Amino acid sequence: MDKFVVHKGLVAPMDRENVDTDAIIPKQFLKSIHRTGFGVNLFDAWRYKNEGQPGMDNATRPLNPDFVLNQARYQGASILVAGKNFGCGSSREHAPWALQQYGFRAVIAPSFADIFFNNSYKNGFLPIALTDSQVRRLIDETKGFVGYEVTIDLNAQTVTTPGGEVMAFDITPHRKFCLLNGFDDIGLSLRHAEKITAFEAARKARHPYYFNTRIA
Amino acid sequence: MAQTLYDKLFDSHVVHQEEDGTALVYIDRHLVHEVTSPQAFEGLRVAGRKLWRADSIVSTADHNTPTTGWDRGIDGITDPTSKEQVVTLDKNMKIYGALAYFPFLDKRQGIVHVIGPEQGATLPGMTVVCGDSHTSTHGAFACLAHGIGTSEVEHVMATQCLVAKKMKNMLIRVEGILPAGVTAKDMALAIIGRIGTAGGTGCAVEFAGSAIRALTMEGRMTLCNMAIEAGARAGMIAFDDATAAYLKGRTFAPKGKEWDIAVEYWKTLKSDDGAHFDNVIELRAETILPQVTWGTSPEMVTGIDGRVPDPEKIKDAGKRGDMERALLYMGLTPDTPMTEIHIDKVFIGSCTNSRIEDIRQAAWVVKRLGKRVAGNVKLALVVPGSGLVKAQAEAEGLHTIFTDAGFEWREPGCSMCLAMNADKLEAGERSASTSNRNFEGRQGTGGRTHLVSPAMAAAAAIEGKFADVRRLV
Repeated sequence: MDKFVVHKGLVAPMDRENVDTDAIIPKQFLKSIHRTGFGVNLFDAWRYKNEGQPGMDNATRPLNPDFVLNQARYQGASILVAGKNFGCGSSREHAPWALQQYGFRAVIAPSFADIFFNNSYKNGFLPIALTDSQVRRLIDETKGFVGYEVTIDLNAQTVTTPGGEVMAFDITPHRKFCLLNGFDDIGLSLRHAEKITAFEAARKARHPYYFNTRIA
Repeated sequence: MAQTLYDKLFDSHVVHQEEDGTALVYIDRHLVHEVTSPQAFEGLRVAGRKLWRADSIVSTADHNTPTTGWDRGIDGITDPTSKEQVVTLDKNMKIYGALAYFPFLDKRQGIVHVIGPEQGATLPGMTVVCGDSHTSTHGAFACLAHGIGTSEVEHVMATQCLVAKKMKNMLIRVEGILPAGVTAKDMALAIIGRIGTAGGTGCAVEFAGSAIRALTMEGRMTLCNMAIEAGARAGMIAFDDATAAYLKGRTFAPKGKEWDIAVEYWKTLKSDDGAHFDNVIELRAETILPQVTWGTSPEMVTGIDGRVPDPEKIKDAGKRGDMERALLYMGLTPDTPMTEIHIDKVFIGSCTNSRIEDIRQAAWVVKRLGKRVAGNVKLALVVPGSGLVKAQAEAEGLHTIFTDAGFEWREPGCSMCLAMNADKLEAGERSASTSNRNFEGRQGTGGRTHLVSPAMAAAAAIEGKFADVRRLV
């Protein structure tokens, strides 16, 4: 997993609520059996004027000039700031994969859907929840100033604006530890393999019916 | 201390807990389908890790499978990328020795959230996960069930555990008696309309009250299925006689003396008197009408006697913008009565509403109206949730009620709920759909989805526009 320590980057605004994972990466791109290649189809239905299909040459597809990420000023953006309940809907991890592979390192919103929020951390992609008014201000300032960049410092748990305003955010110590070090959970969890084995044995003794394997 | 059902389920699965509350939670049942598992298996292989417990897996291909052309076998999947996913699942199941596999074309194949309970693979007291947000469905059986991402799928495969923090407890209590013609689906949409699509974020929701206890297991599954559309990863309902009656005799369910022992334990799977909930929502069942969504989020919903809302009347600029965008996408004019909205296609199916009771309700409405599908409806699909649901419906003669009226009676799968197979809406087409999401493009790029119950979808197919099913009963 990619480490996340400090990141300074250009901000792009997505000024709407309930951005769902079907919008982030439409279902036709979920047919891939790989983890990569989703960035070019991020927000596909909003970003391009024609309907996208896997295997298309995306470079030749007509772009929707009204879509925010197609505007010249937001090229190279690595931090997305959006409305509440970002990432709602389907559990597809392809959503954080697509955001990350497009070039985003973090997304800031007043709130996130639980599964998206969780999936993001597993990939070194940082979802940051700030207050409604802080997010409103970030969106307005991003729209107002070309080249608007903020700095995210995970260790300090802060987002710092060009004006020097510092906004603090929460993260659990476990997630912070994993992100700062680029550790994936599996290796960490397997340190407890003996405990898992013991728990499993006790459970099987007490509730053997959860381990039935009858199958025709 | 008095505990909630969720407290009991979570606490009984904690293997290890960190100081910040982050826990390793043991997983009893891992449901696997073809879309969110290939990268997880690949991850295991790349890291040289073993599958911890193959017999915890129950697996099927459902998202990509076609609903026609099964006589052509695997070649019936014409899209090569879809076929590759289905074939990849076949390979992975074989390599890892997961035997509880119901592959494409098996007579027990179906939507993973239909076949889990149908096989008795979902049992009270379990933790159940799947790389699919609608895993909340299984909470109807007094278990802790929720969707996970692909990294977590890999984590469960490698460790039989999930890294989780305890969620908040939320109680949604529905008392009273649902009016005739009003179903669990309407209850779910009414709840979402009330609390919003983020209303349950961060929470495990328990549904309780006399109206919940009166629901069949099929109805309870529909309700818990939609918990995720209210933002709650997990929905759940206490164990009772209905739960036991549904499970008894099913393939994976305990038998004989083991059954009695299990039931004694399962009876404890309810919230204790006085247990603390962080949030309580109360509704009266009598006030719930048949629901129809008008927008691009399940919270954009109204009763069948309602009208398309007017953004001009919304003060909050953000909400007004979202509403304007939704109405533009949906091609709807403010103040149009819901009963004046004409539709192009009908979809009866999905993990929300494809079980035998759903099919019966829809068939009943078709029979009661005694007419054929309206001329303006280009396609009306009935897609049973599993091969066994299909067989049961056919044994009851329900399929001919549909086909005689001009509906298409298809093979099981996820189908037009998310249109990963060939069943989809074309741009601008409008559906009455018994599925769970009306997001932009969900049923096909540019497609316009109205979420309804099976009875309402059947009535819409016959009338060609939305109609109040209460007048039929």
